[in-house]
Amino acid sequence: MTQLPGLLDTEAIRKDFPILDRVLHDGKKLVYLDNAATSQTPRQVIDALSEYYEQHNANVHRGVHVLAEEATALYEGARDKVAAFINAPSRDEVIFTKNASESLNLVANMLGWADEPYRVDHETEIVITEMEHHSNIVPWQLLSQRTGAKLRWFGLTDDGRLDLSNIDEIITEKTKIVSFVLVSNILGTLNPVEAIVRRAQEVGALVLIDASQAAPHMVLDVQALQADFVAFTGHKMCGPTGIGVLWGRQELLEDLPPFLGGGEMIETVSMHSSTYAPAPHKFEAGTPPIAQAVGLGAAVDYLNSIGMENIERHEHAITEYAVKRLLEVPDLRIIGPTTAEDRGAAISFTLGDIHPHDVGQVLDEQGIAVRVGHHCARPVCLRYGIPATTRASFYLYSTPGEIDALIDGLEHVRNFFG
Amino acid sequence: MYQDVILDHYKHPHGRGLRDGDAEVHHVNPTCGDEITLRVKYDGQTISDVSYEGQGCSISQASASVLNELLVGKDLAEAQKIQETFLELMQSRGRIEPDDAMEEVLEDAVAFAGVSKYPARVKCALLSWMAWKDATAQAFAEEAKTV
Repeated sequence: MTQLPGLLDTEAIRKDFPILDRVLHDGKKLVYLDNAATSQTPRQVIDALSEYYEQHNANVHRGVHVLAEEATALYEGARDKVAAFINAPSRDEVIFTKNASESLNLVANMLGWADEPYRVDHETEIVITEMEHHSNIVPWQLLSQRTGAKLRWFGLTDDGRLDLSNIDEIITEKTKIVSFVLVSNILGTLNPVEAIVRRAQEVGALVLIDASQAAPHMVLDVQALQADFVAFTGHKMCGPTGIGVLWGRQELLEDLPPFLGGGEMIETVSMHSSTYAPAPHKFEAGTPPIAQAVGLGAAVDYLNSIGMENIERHEHAITEYAVKRLLEVPDLRIIGPTTAEDRGAAISFTLGDIHPHDVGQVLDEQGIAVRVGHHCARPVCLRYGIPATTRASFYLYSTPGEIDALIDGLEHVRNFFG
Repeated sequence: MYQDVILDHYKHPHGRGLRDGDAEVHHVNPTCGDEITLRVKYDGQTISDVSYEGQGCSISQASASVLNELLVGKDLAEAQKIQETFLELMQSRGRIEPDDAMEEVLEDAVAFAGVSKYPARVKCALLSWMAWKDATAQAFAEEAKTV
């Protein structure tokens, strides 16, 4: 077996993930390389979910009975865990949503309804990048259409990086918000936060960072990032689906208006008007995803028990190995950075003229799960003149042996369609 | 799923390329980015040509090739029957085992029976057939306007 420096003890880790033992299509061992879409769930998280439903299930923040108090303590305890995980100055800055898309939409809607100085209107501009996931494009297109604000974006270089050469022309005094992805879900690129944040601060624009592909894989320190908002989702970091996070600076959360109205987000309600609860509850209308938050808390505990630095080192080694091996495959073109430097553990590629759907299907027949398509980042495909890509993405349980299986699988694909 | 017939049509497509037509449509499969531009040409009720240009997976491209081979020269009623039979097969979730009668209607297109077991790929197989149906409706709507 290939030994690489920095690898985790995957043999032990994989025992925590029951699904990784699955055998598909008459005896093919599952090789799960679709972690950028969703990660698998460790036993510890599955147990936390079961225990919540078996022992503590109740609605939160109301009711004085034992279960309601336990459920509330677990839900709010999960908030504490997430706050510590991202080094948030205050637990009240952590808003639970249903996913990263909702977190991003929430910010777009806060700004659309906000008063000065945050208000986005026809005299202002919104800045994004060409490598965003659709969830960080469409909410801004909607806001732009509704307010008349101009939507601008950074283009990409041929090697899959942000082209910041015109940063002073893109981010200007008119810019109200700069929203960009920390690690691209399609290119794998790790973006230079500091340069963008510095320019945004110069002109007084807010900064929102989509950390969906970063939070699961590296140390995420919202204070070090110096952003105003950070969004991510639970199911890509060993948690359940249905839970996302928006972190926001406290003073902004105090000033900005709520988006969804309902139970839980109010202070008092009369038939004429209402006053709102302080953040984070102001932004959590209705019964929240309680079990899912508890599951995310357990996922954070799990990741901490392995150590985010260790996970980062492991994935860097795996990615470096994967890039090297992929580049050995004839006709294979990596879409994105072709080294492991400043990149995450998702690698997109094309294989000659073979359509990614065919690549994915033939890999699946060998038990290898990859993602094919435009990965909700169609502008990237347009930019590089390709209809779609095949994407392999790794996590803390990925092994060099699985990379080898992918390479063998791609060889089989080439022979099949060749 | 990848029958030899399908791979043959994929590697050696029939009637590919855009030619003169009475109506043109452009259909896409948003989940995977398969695209087809398809033109139909009618001589009265007879299909004199189905021409197309597209990009996509082997299933979508082979399906367009089979469509061309099967439908050109047929009259509209017969072609509609073939289209409906193909649709029924593709929506069967693998439950229909094509019998002789179906094979007679569908010829090479029965090779796609295996694709119906893969929900994510059914749309690929149906892309050109839906485009043909749409183009045909437009061609006859145009004709009705000019008569």
